Parts: sequence; C-alpha cells; structure tokens
Amino acid sequence: MKEKINIDVQRVAALARLEFTEDELKVFNAQFHAILEYISQIDELELDDVEPMSSPLPGPQRLRPDGLGDGRDARGLTKDAAVANAPESKKGFFVVPRVIE
Amino acid sequence: MKLYEASIKELKELYKRGEASPGQVVDELLQRIDRLNPELNAFITVDRDKVYDQTRQAEGMLGKRDAPPLCGIPIAVKDIFTTSGMRTTCASKILEGFVPPYDATVIRKLKEAGAVIVGKTNMDEFAMGSSTETSYFGPTRNPWAFDAVPGGSSGGSASAVAADMAFGALGTDTGGSIRQPAALCGIAGLKPTYGRVSRYGMIAFASSLDQGGTMTRTVYDSALLLETIAGFDPLDSTSADMPVEPFTQMLAHPKGVRIGVPGEYFVEGMDKEVQASIEKARDTMKGLGARIVDISLPHTKYAVAVYYILASSEASSNLARYDGVKYGYRSASGADLIGMYMDTRAKGFGREVKRRIMLGTFALSAGYYSEFYGKAQRARRLIKQDFDDAFGQCDVILAPTSPTPAFRLGSRLDDPLQMYLSDIFTIPLNLAGLPGISIPCGFTKEGLPIGMQLIGRRFDEKTVLSVANMYEQATPWHERTPAI
Repeated sequence: MKEKINIDVQRVAALARLEFTEDELKVFNAQFHAILEYISQIDELELDDVEPMSSPLPGPQRLRPDGLGDGRDARGLTKDAAVANAPESKKGFFVVPRVIE
Repeated sequence: MKLYEASIKELKELYKRGEASPGQVVDELLQRIDRLNPELNAFITVDRDKVYDQTRQAEGMLGKRDAPPLCGIPIAVKDIFTTSGMRTTCASKILEGFVPPYDATVIRKLKEAGAVIVGKTNMDEFAMGSSTETSYFGPTRNPWAFDAVPGGSSGGSASAVAADMAFGALGTDTGGSIRQPAALCGIAGLKPTYGRVSRYGMIAFASSLDQGGTMTRTVYDSALLLETIAGFDPLDSTSADMPVEPFTQMLAHPKGVRIGVPGEYFVEGMDKEVQASIEKARDTMKGLGARIVDISLPHTKYAVAVYYILASSEASSNLARYDGVKYGYRSASGADLIGMYMDTRAKGFGREVKRRIMLGTFALSAGYYSEFYGKAQRARRLIKQDFDDAFGQCDVILAPTSPTPAFRLGSRLDDPLQMYLSDIFTIPLNLAGLPGISIPCGFTKEGLPIGMQLIGRRFDEKTVLSVANMYEQATPWHERTPAI
C-alpha cells in the first residue's frame, strides 16, 4: 500500500454499477486519494500473526428455520405484497428492461 | 411544567395519577411539531391518522391491570426501521415511495408495549454521515443553535428528543450514530452490545457493526426503552440469545466501581472545553466513590481507518440490492438492464453514499482484497483486544463522545475525512461490539451541550447504566432544555 495506488476509478464505478460525470470524477478522485492515504496508516501494524475478525460475535451465526412465518414478517408475504413496491410489475412478476434479444 | 417536557418515567406517573391522558399529550406534541419541525426538520414523516389510531388504542388500555409498560408514550423512530404501511426512506431518493409490508422487530415490540409511534425521523442517507446533512430530505438542525448540526446519523431522533417533540426515540449506531448526536444535542444515547437488539427490519448499512438503540432525556428512560426493545430474535442471525435483565431496577449506586480513563482519548486538537468537562466529570465520579484507573487503548488511532474499510466494504455489498427492480426509485432512461441499474443508482444515491460504495467496492476488488479488507479485519481484532485487556483493570471506561461540540452546518461537507474524524471516540466500540452510552456532562460558553461516554463489557449494559445514572443524579445537565 506504501507506493501511490493508481486507481482506475472508472473500472471501480463499473463494478459498483455507478456512473459519474467528469466534474464529479475530479472532486471524487482527490477525496478518494486523501481517504486512501489516511487508511494506509494501518500498514504500520504487524498483522501477520493476527486472526481476522469478521464479527463481534463469538462462534458461527445461526440459520433460521426455513419456512413460512406467521404473516407478521417478510416470510409470509403474498406474491402481490412482494411486488407491491416494484417500480413496474405484471401479474406478480417484476418487470425489467429487455435482457434477451 | 408543560406535558411535553416530562420524561417517560414522569409521564407514566402522570397517566397513573390520571393527571394527563394520551390524547391530551399527543395533541400538545403535534402542535409543537407543527411549530418547530418546519425549521428543525427532525421528522421526515408524521402520519397523523396512525398517531391518532394508536393514541385511541392506548387510551382504551390505560389504567387496566394488564396495560403495557409504554402505554400512550409517544416515541419517534429513525426512518431506517421498516414500519408496516408507513413509508420508510432511509433518507434516500432511491427508496422514494417505499412502503414496507412488515414491521421491524423493534417497532413490533414498541407497538406491543403500547407506545405511540409519533413519526419517522431524519438521518444521514443510509446512516452514512455524522451531521444529518446527507439526507435527501435536507439537513436537520440542532435545537440548541439552529445554525449548527445535530450530529448524525441519528440527528433527527436527537433533535426531536432534545426539542421535546418526542419523549424518546430509537436510533441506530454503526460508528457512533446514536452517541455522537446525543452528545451534540444534550440527551442520553445508548448503543447496546452488538446482538442485544434485533436488527430485523433495520435497513442494513454495515452488518457487522450496525446496532439499534435508544435516545432519551434520562438514563432511567434509556433503561426502560432498552428493556422494551432488547431480546433474542430468531429472524436476526446475529441476535444473541441472552436474557433481558430488568435494567430499570438495576440502577442502584455501583459501589466501588472502577472507572478506566484511556490516555489515548485525550488527544492533540481536542476542544478545550470538551476536555475540561470530561476531566470535571471524572472528578465528580471520584467524589461519588468511584475509583479512577489510568488505562491504555494503544490501537485507538487506527480505528477510523479500520472502520472506513470495513464499513464501506459491507455497505457496498448491502447496497447492491438497490437496483430499481424490487422497490423504490427507477430511472426511466438507460437503454438496457445494466444501463437502467447504473442510471438508477447514479441518480438515486447521494454523494456520500456513492463515495462509500466506491471505497468498499475498491477495497473488495480483485488484487486489493487482502491489502485492505484483510488487513482491516486483522487490525479490528487488535482494537477489540485493547478493550479486553483494559477491562481486566476497570469495570467501565470514561471517554469523550465527540472531540468537539456541534459544528456549523456545511462546515465539514466538502472534507469527508474531517467528517469521518468526528467519530474517532465512538468507532472503537462498534468494532469491538461493546455497549456505550453518551450522557450530557456540561455546556460550552456558547451554550452548546457536551457529552461524555461510558463504555462497558459485552452485555454489561447494567453497569454502564448504573454508573451513568449515578452521575446524572449528581449533576444538573440533563435538566437543561433549549429555549425554543
């Protein structure tokens, strides 16, 4: 991380499914580099022998039982309720722009 | 005393003695919201019909033997919690028009406890910010100084409680988003232990850090709301199967408590008035019988860097779900599916959210993963280890909540790094998963509130609350209210 990272911001934006105008990119680039430079201070730490910590919880996470709920949570939704918030839906399906020619 | 000035505990007493009714309280409160909210912008949504429905239900139950514990108490909730049939925006354009089909677990618990949900409060977009200025619905103002920020991201909840527009509120805390606005608005803000309060229906920002909690005028009220919302939830895979203690009955003076003061939290550049107030609070607690112990949390200075890698990475993954297909805003332009995704996200997210999605996407991308995300996960353990070591010598830790009092609106918006550093004293707890409370401990010469933080061991909210209560009982700060 020590040497200046040359970030291909356009590539990262494409991965994140985001778009920026030229002006936005200029401001963004400068801020992005300042943040990365600040972040790179963790390079001072000796970390090779430290176990990564992915959660404050000890032990593995539970899985909930797979099944319909009592209707008070998302598991009991009807098809109509599930698509009720969609910008576009038809007969209980989500509608998206054409993906197959 | 006006009804809206009461604490939850006092309001319950007034109801019990028949000296006030929920209808009367709600009328007073809605009038106050009508007068103050246009300027403070603490609420995004106040649904009067629903407020009156819940009030009538509460009036029917009040006084009965099995009346629930928060019967007729108006509570505000951050607009990050899903509310069945009431729009939930996370202060983002991308969730425009989203009406959830179910309640978050904490909302269900509040309703079962008889509370009246008075409204949905403003926040930084997707809880990403420390000032409530990144909201799509415009900034919230601080009731103590209208040209200052209320802190963030739960700034709407803090402003509403400080301005007597709600008797208490729920917020969420990923890096300080309950405690820092509580400090800047002069109220109590409790972030419980990670896993203590269900995250089901709490819109995800950074799942290994997010935790819901309470914002109230007194420590007793924090304990009361925590009793209500805490507990195991099978619908949240990170929910801890721990018994909920009767926190309101465990506030007695903690005799001989050892309070650790970390040298690393008194840094260069800290506001002089904040530092003086914290030192005075330390002396006050010593006078009350606490033992003060000097401790060290040596990896503190890396916490902000670690946090911004981890939180942004988790956010970039969590926010991938906003694609203009299932709910919320969709851009009409975009030639094909990918084009629609990109245009929807470019127009639907604000600047700060995009900045963090970009940072997280970069930190997780091929070739950089181990360099950023991997290293941050390892450094996170060192920060947690610091606390484990410190709690060998003390029972709670005293620290400032924020290095400065409320800052001016707009003053840090163009400098994200400066904004991130607002959270330097609150972030380490989220990384370690510990409980912490911010309570008022003084005022600046200008009249802005100053907050102090008490940090506890995992699932030891009881000690945190009892020490906070001991200090609150001995000091007048929580009694002050803004003159509005």
